[in-house]
Amino acid sequence: MHLDVLIHRLTDYGAAVHRCADDEVAHVVDAILGGRRVVIPSGLPRHWLPDTVEALADDNLPTERIATADGVVTAAAVAVAETGTVILDAAADQGRRIITLLPDVHICVLRVDQIAAGVPDALARLDPRRPLTWISGPSATSDIELNRVEGVHGPRNLHLVIVPRGSHHSLDPVGDPHSLPQA
Amino acid sequence: MTRTFLGMPATAPRGVGHLRGDEPFPVAARRSLADAQLRRNLGHATGTIRAKSAAVIGEVPDWEELREAGRAIKADTMARLPELLQQLETAVTAAGGTVHWAADAVEANRIVTDLVTATGSDRVMKVKSMATQEIGLNEALEAAGIEPVETDLAELIVQLGRDKPSHILVPAIHRNRAEIREIFLREMPGVDPALTDEPAVLAAAARRHLRRTFLSTRVAISGANFAVAETGTLAVVESEGNGRMCLTLPDTLITVMGIEKVIPTWADLEVFLQLLPRASTGERMNPYTSMWTGVTPHDGPQDFHLVLLDNGRSAMLADEVGRQALHCIRCSACLNVCPVYERTGGHAYGSVYPGPIGAVLSPQLTGVEDNASLPYASSLCGACFDACPVKIDIPSILVHLRAEHVTAYRNEHRLPSAEAVTMAAAAYTMDHLPLYEAAQRRSRLTRFAGRHGRGLPPPLSGWTVGRDLPQPPPQTFREWWVQR
Repeated sequence: MHLDVLIHRLTDYGAAVHRCADDEVAHVVDAILGGRRVVIPSGLPRHWLPDTVEALADDNLPTERIATADGVVTAAAVAVAETGTVILDAAADQGRRIITLLPDVHICVLRVDQIAAGVPDALARLDPRRPLTWISGPSATSDIELNRVEGVHGPRNLHLVIVPRGSHHSLDPVGDPHSLPQA
Repeated sequence: MTRTFLGMPATAPRGVGHLRGDEPFPVAARRSLADAQLRRNLGHATGTIRAKSAAVIGEVPDWEELREAGRAIKADTMARLPELLQQLETAVTAAGGTVHWAADAVEANRIVTDLVTATGSDRVMKVKSMATQEIGLNEALEAAGIEPVETDLAELIVQLGRDKPSHILVPAIHRNRAEIREIFLREMPGVDPALTDEPAVLAAAARRHLRRTFLSTRVAISGANFAVAETGTLAVVESEGNGRMCLTLPDTLITVMGIEKVIPTWADLEVFLQLLPRASTGERMNPYTSMWTGVTPHDGPQDFHLVLLDNGRSAMLADEVGRQALHCIRCSACLNVCPVYERTGGHAYGSVYPGPIGAVLSPQLTGVEDNASLPYASSLCGACFDACPVKIDIPSILVHLRAEHVTAYRNEHRLPSAEAVTMAAAAYTMDHLPLYEAAQRRSRLTRFAGRHGRGLPPPLSGWTVGRDLPQPPPQTFREWWVQR
C-alpha cells in the first residue's frame, strides 16, 4: 500500500518510476544511460551497472569531472510514501552529496522495505549525524508566478528503480558516523 | 556569551539592515495601489498558491493536530530558549562546527565579513535567507569588497533588477514572466537574445548563468529553517538545488540563523516538515531538503560556521503577547491570504518581512515607534490566524502593538492625541444622559457630511479617509420608543 502511494506521489511530481527485480536493474540503467558517462559511489553494487556505460567510480573525483558526467546511479537510505520523497544518507552505496547534484540524470535504486509511511517514520529510521538529502521529484522552482516548473540547478531527470524486499543491502551499517564514505 | 546582561534587551539598531521603511505604510500603500500591473501579478500569484495549498492541506486528516503540535513545540522552545541555544552550540561544536553569537545586525555583519575575508575569497554565493536580508549583509559584504551572488531564482531576479524583495518565499512575486525576461535580457551576461518568457526557458537561463559560480566559488552563506538543539543538525528547505550547491560545493559554509529557529529534538522535525511545505509552496514536500551536522570528513564544506543572530529577538521574547511572533517558520501563508497584502504588495511594508507576520515582526524587532504604522496595516479580518501552520494569533498581536503605540505616543507627547481626546469626550457623554441624547440628535448631521463619500470635515476627516461613514437612522430608538 505504501508502495502505491509512493509511486503516485513520485510520478505526480515528475519523477519516472521503474519496477524490476534486483538483477534487472542493469537493463533499466542501460535503457536510460546506455553509452553515456555515469558517476557511481564506491559502494554501489556493480551488478546494477550495464557494460554499456562508462563508469566513473567516485574516489574523491574532482568537481570538474563529476560535472562532466551525464548521470549518476545510487542506492537510497529511506523513502517517504506520503510525500514522494527519497532520502540519501551518504552511505557507501550512495556516496558523497556532490555526486547526485551535478549530473543531469539521477537513477536511484530503492528496496521496497526502505519505504516509510510518513515523515515521522522516516525520521526515526535516519541518523542525524550523517549528511542527509531529501529529494522529492526533480529540481523545480515556483519562483515565476508561483507555478511549479521543473529543472533548475539540480538533476532535471529523476528515475526511481524499485526492487523487491531482500535485494542488495547497504554495505555500511547506518548509525556509525565513522563508517562515512572515505571516498 | 561575551556580554553582561543589564536591563532590557536591545531592539534592532537603526542605520543597518532592512527592517524600517522610508515612509509610513499608508503613503507607500497608496502608490502601490495605483500600480495596476502589480495588483494583477499579485492577484494571480496569491490565487494560485492558495488553491495549491488548500488542496494538499486537505490531504492531511490530522492537520489541526499538527498545527497545535507546532504551536506547542514553539511555545516550549521560547520558554527555554537560552538553554536550547547552549545545547545547540555544544552539539554543533562537538560535530566540528564553530558557533558565533551576534547581538545585532552590526555584529553579525562584522562576524561574517571577517570570516569571508579570512578565507581570501572576494566572492560568496548565497542561499536565500531572510536573516541575511534583515541585517543587510549584502551591503556589508560589498562595502568590504566582497561580491555576494544570490543563487535563488527569485533573489537573482531581485538582485539583477536592482529591486527589493516583496515576499518572504518568492521575493520577486511582484514580477511576471514578461518582466523577468526583460530583466534577464538586460542584466544577464551572455544570455540568449532569443529568450522567451516561458517559465521553463527562464529557469534554464538561470541554470546556465549560475553553473560556473557554483563550481568556482569557495565560500557560501545560507540561512537555516531549523536547527535541532539535541543533535546540532541544521536544515535548509528549498526547491531549485541552489541550496544543495551552496551547502555542498564550497570549502567554507557560513550559516546565519535567527535564534528562534532552534527546535528541541530530532523528532520535532516531523511536525515542521509536514507543516512547512504544504503551507508554504503548496507541495507535499519541497524538492530538496538538506540536513547536516557540523562537518563530515570528505563530504561538503570542511569549515562550518553558525552565526546565531539576536537583533531584537530577546526584546520580543520579553513581551508576553508579542513573543508568539517568534514561532514563525517563514512559510508566507499569511501573506497569500491577506486582503491587504494582496492589494498593496510587499514593498509598502518597508521591511523585508511584509504582510501580516511582517506587521507584527518588524515593529517588535525595531521597537514599535520605528514602525508605528505597520500594526494598523490590517483589517483584523483574521485570515492570517486561520492560515498560520503554527497558529500565531496575529490579530491579537496587532491590537496589542496598537495599544503599545498609543501608550508610547502619550508618553512622548504632552498633549494627548486627537483620538484620545475624542474617546475621552465620548466616554463622558455616554455617562451623562442629556448630553448623550443631544449628541444623538446632532449625529444626524453626519447624514449630510457622509453623503457621496465626502467623509467628515477636518479634523475628523482622518477617520473617514479610509472608511465609509455609517448612515445614522432618521430616528433614534429612544425617540421611537417615546412616540409609541
